[in-house]
Amino acid sequence: MKTTPSIMAGIGLKIPAIFFSVALTFLGLLFITFFIGRVVPIDPVLAAVGDRATPEVYERMRIELGLHLPLYQQFWIYLLKVFQGDFGMSVLTANPVLKDIQRVFPATLELATVATAIGVLVGIPFGIIGAVFRGRWPDHILRVVSLFGYSVPVFWLGLVGLLIFYGRLDIAPGPGRIEVFYEGMVDPVTGLLVVDALLAGEWDICKNALAHLVLPASILGYFSTAYISRMTRSFMLDQLEQEYITTARVKGIAEWRVICIHALGNVRIPLITVVALSYASLLEGSVLTETVFAWPGLGMYLTQSLLSADMNAVLGATIVVGGVFIGVNLLSDLLYKIFDPRARM
Amino acid sequence: MANNEYPQQEQTVDGLRQWLLTTTPCSRLQARAGRSYIAWLSFTRNRLAVIGLGIITLLVLTAVLAPLIAPYHPNVPDLEQRLQTMSMEHWLGTDQLGRDILSRILYGSRLTLYVVVLVAIIAAPLGLVVGTVAGYSGGLVDSVLMRITDIFLAFPKLILALAFVAALGPGIENAIIAIAITSWPPYARIARAETITLRNSDFIVAARLQGAGHIRLIVHHIIPLCLSSVIVRVTLDMAGIILTAAGLGFLGLGAQPPLPEWGAMIAGGRQFLLDQWWVATLPGIAIFIVSLGFNLLGDGLRDVLDPRSGGK
Repeated sequence: MKTTPSIMAGIGLKIPAIFFSVALTFLGLLFITFFIGRVVPIDPVLAAVGDRATPEVYERMRIELGLHLPLYQQFWIYLLKVFQGDFGMSVLTANPVLKDIQRVFPATLELATVATAIGVLVGIPFGIIGAVFRGRWPDHILRVVSLFGYSVPVFWLGLVGLLIFYGRLDIAPGPGRIEVFYEGMVDPVTGLLVVDALLAGEWDICKNALAHLVLPASILGYFSTAYISRMTRSFMLDQLEQEYITTARVKGIAEWRVICIHALGNVRIPLITVVALSYASLLEGSVLTETVFAWPGLGMYLTQSLLSADMNAVLGATIVVGGVFIGVNLLSDLLYKIFDPRARM
Repeated sequence: MANNEYPQQEQTVDGLRQWLLTTTPCSRLQARAGRSYIAWLSFTRNRLAVIGLGIITLLVLTAVLAPLIAPYHPNVPDLEQRLQTMSMEHWLGTDQLGRDILSRILYGSRLTLYVVVLVAIIAAPLGLVVGTVAGYSGGLVDSVLMRITDIFLAFPKLILALAFVAALGPGIENAIIAIAITSWPPYARIARAETITLRNSDFIVAARLQGAGHIRLIVHHIIPLCLSSVIVRVTLDMAGIILTAAGLGFLGLGAQPPLPEWGAMIAGGRQFLLDQWWVATLPGIAIFIVSLGFNLLGDGLRDVLDPRSGGK
């Protein structure tokens, strides 16, 4: 690998700039959540002491919560706390918010990962077929499938899926992550139920968890497929018009090789960004899907906290989702720079 | 080119077409009308876009005429008629409070239109101003404004809207504000990109030499030229706005009962899903049709106004 040092040097030059911009974005995220926490019509002091407290108690609590300080100092304290992983206590569960999030996050991760895998495995081949058969019936089918995906509400599709596959055909299990009977029977090692059950050698539990995963993951995966296939098609069309493709064909290279090796090789790089973006947006889609399927993940935690006005939990979950979003974007940026020599210039 | 074999009426139609398509227009009005006509011709060539336009027209008509065409009152419960299946009296059945679902869906189009129009009115001008000012000024102003835009772009829209709704409290107005706050950044980016290409062009320099100030240059010379790409983007975003608003309604954070908002109607029918499926599923079809309409229309407009991306 003769080129490795120069590649690393090229990336190295950009890294401080990238991290600076990521840090700034994260700071912006914290500022927004801080701001939201301040404009909330719920008085945090009143929430802590109750409305029968004497003015002295109220004042003492106000000082204890740091609300008498100037705003910029309050923001600074808030920043320090967040960086120590202290999002405050959840009113709803009486646990530290961070602990709650650690408990629910793996469920969302499991769902989003399987859904993205479906999106990649189905979407990329579909997109290639659409580009190769441009304007013919496979392309039209692709167009309809992705247009449907862009237009249909995810929670509605989830409900219809439950109605058909659980209610009528009875081939899918109902809502939830696992049968109540199996609840808590495997030790959470990774937090991913399917993996944990496999590690514990509990085949039945693994099968049950997998069965519960199929419907919500397919529904989310469908949206991912719609997006990934549309983008793949468009990137492939760009490549197939290029002259090097004509050259390859003229040289007598087999058509499948031209498509799968030459064109797809160049499409791979922009696709990284698309897959990363779709993965991050599934975290968002999971808020609605989890509510429909009673899936005990971050999305359901967020909505339940919202409905009970548990601001610490809402802001904590927002910071985590925003942080993951920023992190995934950063990762795709870095991968882009590693794989695409032009982006290193 | 008078052709005597044509009946009189077709001759005037032909005459109008020639007047519109002439390559030597005699007045500004004629040139403008001709340009619009050509755009209209290429728009109508796209059949899907015309279907989209039809759906949106139908939505507007339904919203306007809802009190005339809806067979029942949307919010008055009739507990004797609860959870009726589809019949001649109730074409789409009734919900858990005995309200006619068809009437509620028809009235719900008003709320959908309300959300979409208000979000567009708030977010598009905000994005336009931020983008054009950033692109026109350059330097520090540009960096600061674009940094803020990037920060907003870096978040998942629905999550940010959820957090804002949490702060402002549930309700359709607050949902609109939250969605608008989260949807202006793409417009700012587009407007800035267009502004940068225009900033140093000759006609701007000429206007400046004639003594036009910064505000005049931005408002009269730059913003009009950014409008078409922003309009295309807004139309394409409408579907997303409708889906987000319906999602907020579904979670109980958007329009509050008894408003016949489609997302909230789905949430209301959820507990009867397995036995009375029509209560929860039918409003979803309405959401789907309307966002499909906006997607088709947006695609068509993009092909007309931005030929570069045609067909991809």
